[in-house]
Amino acid sequence: MSHDDYQRHEAKILTPSFIVLLTLTLIGFALIAVRFIWGIGAVSNMSDGYPWGIWITYDVATGTAIACGGYAMAILIYIRNHMHYHPMIRSAILTSMFGYGLAGFSVMVDVGRPWNAYNFFIPSKWQANSAMFEVALCVMAYTTVLLLEFLPAVLTTLEKTKWKTLQLLLDMLYARMGMKRPERIGDRLDSVKELAVWLKPRLDKVLIFVIVLGITLPTMHQSSLGSLLLIASTKLHPLWHTGFLPLLFLINCMFIGYSIAILESIISCYAFKRPFETKELSGMAKIIPWLTIIWLSVVIGDLAWRGQLAAAVSLDFYSAFFLLEFCLVAGGSLLMFSGKKRESIRWLFVSAALIVLGGALYRFNVYLIGFNPGKGWHYFPALAELLVSVGIVAFEILGYQVIVKILPVLPKLHTRQQLDAAHVLAEKA
Amino acid sequence: MAKPSRRQFLKLVGATGAALLIGRGAQATAGTSDGYRVDNDTIGMLYDATKCVGCKACMSACKRVNSDYGGLAYERAKFDSDGLWDAPKDLSGSTRTLIKLFKESDKKWSYVKYSCMHCLKPSCVSVCPVSAMTRDPLTGTVDYNKNACIGCRYCQVACAFNIPKFQWDKAIPQIVKCDLCKNTNLVKKGITACAEVCPVGAIMFGKRKELLAEAKKRQQDNPNKYLDHIYGEKEVGGANHLYLSAMEFNKLGLPTLKEEAPAEFSEKIQHTIYKGFIAPVALYGTLCFVAIKNMKGRGESEKKQPENSELGEKHDEP
Repeated sequence: MSHDDYQRHEAKILTPSFIVLLTLTLIGFALIAVRFIWGIGAVSNMSDGYPWGIWITYDVATGTAIACGGYAMAILIYIRNHMHYHPMIRSAILTSMFGYGLAGFSVMVDVGRPWNAYNFFIPSKWQANSAMFEVALCVMAYTTVLLLEFLPAVLTTLEKTKWKTLQLLLDMLYARMGMKRPERIGDRLDSVKELAVWLKPRLDKVLIFVIVLGITLPTMHQSSLGSLLLIASTKLHPLWHTGFLPLLFLINCMFIGYSIAILESIISCYAFKRPFETKELSGMAKIIPWLTIIWLSVVIGDLAWRGQLAAAVSLDFYSAFFLLEFCLVAGGSLLMFSGKKRESIRWLFVSAALIVLGGALYRFNVYLIGFNPGKGWHYFPALAELLVSVGIVAFEILGYQVIVKILPVLPKLHTRQQLDAAHVLAEKA
Repeated sequence: MAKPSRRQFLKLVGATGAALLIGRGAQATAGTSDGYRVDNDTIGMLYDATKCVGCKACMSACKRVNSDYGGLAYERAKFDSDGLWDAPKDLSGSTRTLIKLFKESDKKWSYVKYSCMHCLKPSCVSVCPVSAMTRDPLTGTVDYNKNACIGCRYCQVACAFNIPKFQWDKAIPQIVKCDLCKNTNLVKKGITACAEVCPVGAIMFGKRKELLAEAKKRQQDNPNKYLDHIYGEKEVGGANHLYLSAMEFNKLGLPTLKEEAPAEFSEKIQHTIYKGFIAPVALYGTLCFVAIKNMKGRGESEKKQPENSELGEKHDEP
C-alpha cells in the first residue's frame, strides 16, 4: 500500500459552487434549529402513520447505500485483489465518510430523544432482536473505521506541512492584538508533526485489519437495513415484503457502490478538469451487471415463489413503481454488458446513473412508496423537510470539494500524457 | 487473479441466502424465539362493542388519571375557542384511548374503543433498539420507558394496530400509548381507569383466561348477537386486549391480521444471521485471510516486476 498514489487538487476553494452549496447548507441547518426548538412536526409532514419520512428513507437508507463506494472499492482492491484501483480508493472513502457521517447526523435530527442515544452503549439496554440496534452500532463503528481509513491522508499532510497558512493567521492575530507571538506555539506545532511521523508507520501496519473491518461492517448493516422492514409484514406491500430483504439490500448496496464510484470519478474529473479514468472505470463497470443479474434473479425468483408475479405486472400504483425500479436497474445493466459502451465515458455515466437511480428507487419503494399503514394516512415530504435533506447533501458535497483541495485525496496524475491532457482541458475551460 | 475472489464472493452470497432459507424452514416448526408463549394468567381487558353507549367516560377518565404521568394534554376542537371540551380526532400524542362510532346505516352501527392491544408477542418490544418498550413477563403489560427511548419511532412502524403515537409538536417528545394504568390507577385501585368508570360494563378488566371464558359465554348465550370471533384471541399471536362485536372488526378499523406474530418472522431471520455472532466473526476472519494473502502475493510480484507498465503506476510525477 503506497500513500504516494494521491495528490492534492490545486485550485481555489472559494468558487461560485462553494457559495451556492454553503447557502443551501445554511438554510438546511437553520431548519434543523427550528426542528429542535418547535418539534419535528414544525418542519416535517411525518405522522403517526408514516413515522419515517424522507430523512430516514433518503439520508439514512439510501444515503448510506450511495456512500457504499468505499465499501465496493475496498472489496475490489483488497479481496478481489485488483491493486491498480488503489489510487481511486481515497476519494471513495472520503465520500463514504461524509455519507455515513451525515447519515448519522440525520438520525440525530430525526430521532425525537437524541439525548438518550447513550443507551446504545449500556449493555442492560441492548436489544439484540432489533435490527435497528444492529444498524446503529454497526454504522457508528463503520464511521469510526472510515475515519481511521482516511487518517493516512491527514497524517501525510501533517508530516510535510510547514503550517504556512496557520503561521500567517497567527502572525496576523497577534499583530492585531499588539503582542509578540510566543515561541511555544511553534514547539507545539512541531510536536503535532512529530506525532504524525510517529503514528503513520504504526497505523500502516494495522491498517489492513481496519480495512477488512470496513468490509465486514457494511455487509452486516446494509443487510440489516433491509431487515428493518421485515417486521412491517402488514404494512409493506407484498411486492417488497420478503424474507430476502436483507440479501436484496446487501447486493443492492454493492452495485450502487460500484456505480456511484464510477459517477463520482466522472463528475469530479469533469468538475476539476482532470483527465477521465476511463480504463479503471470500464474495468469496474464489468462487475456491475453480474451483481445486478444476481439481484434481479433473486427479486423475480422470490416474487414467483410467493406468487406475486401477477401483482408485479398489474400496472397499479405499486406495480408501476416496481417496474420502474426494475427497468432502471435492468436497463443500466444491459448497457454495461456491452464492451464498447463501457469504453465510452458518456455511456458509462448514463448506465451508472440508471443503476444508481433504480437501486435508490428500490430503497424508496421499501421504506416509503410501498409502505401503507392503513386507510387515511398520506405522506409527502414538506418543503422544509426536503430542504433539511438538501442542506445535508449540500454540506456533503461542500466538504468533499474543500477537503480534496487541502488533503491528498485524488489519484496522482501519473504520466506526461495525462498531465498534458489536464493542461489542454484546463486551457479550453 | 480474479478467480478465487469471485468464488469468495459467490460463497458469501450463497451463505447469506442459505441462512435465509434455513430461517424460512425453521419458521415452520415455530416457537424457538424468546419470550413468547400464550399465558392466560396475564391481565387485560375485554371490550364489548354491543354494550358500549359511546359516553366516552373512559376517555376522560384515562386522560384525567394519566395526563401528568404520560405527558397528555387536552385536544381542542376548532370551533371550541374556550377550550371547553377534550376533542381528539384519533389516538395521538395526547390521547391513549378513544371511542369512535362507525355507522353503516341507521340500523347498523357500532362504537369501538381503541387502545393498546398488549400483544403476547409485541412487535414494538421486539424492534425497540434500547429496550424502552418492555413486556412485563408476569402481567403481560407492554410498557414504555421514556428515559430509555431515543424517539426513533420504529415501534410505530412495527405496530400492526398503529397504536404507539408520537408527540410531533413538542421539542421534548415521547411515545404515548396505554400501559393499563400500570403506574397510576392500577396501583391505587387495582383496576384500569377506563374499566372502573364504564357505566354499562362494556369494559371488563381481569386475567386473560377469565376474559376469554366470559367472552365465550356471552357468545354462547347470544349467538345471534355476536360475531363468532373474539378479536385479539389469535391475531398476531394473541393479545391481552380482547374485543366482542356484532359488526365486522375490519369495519371498526381493526385490521384483519394473521395468527403469526410479525416479530416471530423477523426475529427468526435476524437470529439465523447473527446466531452466536458466528457469521460476522467468520466473515471477518475469512476476509482478513484473503486480504493478507493478496497483500503478500502482491509484495512478491512487485519485487519481480517493479514497474507496472500497463498502467504506469510507479511513474513519478514529472
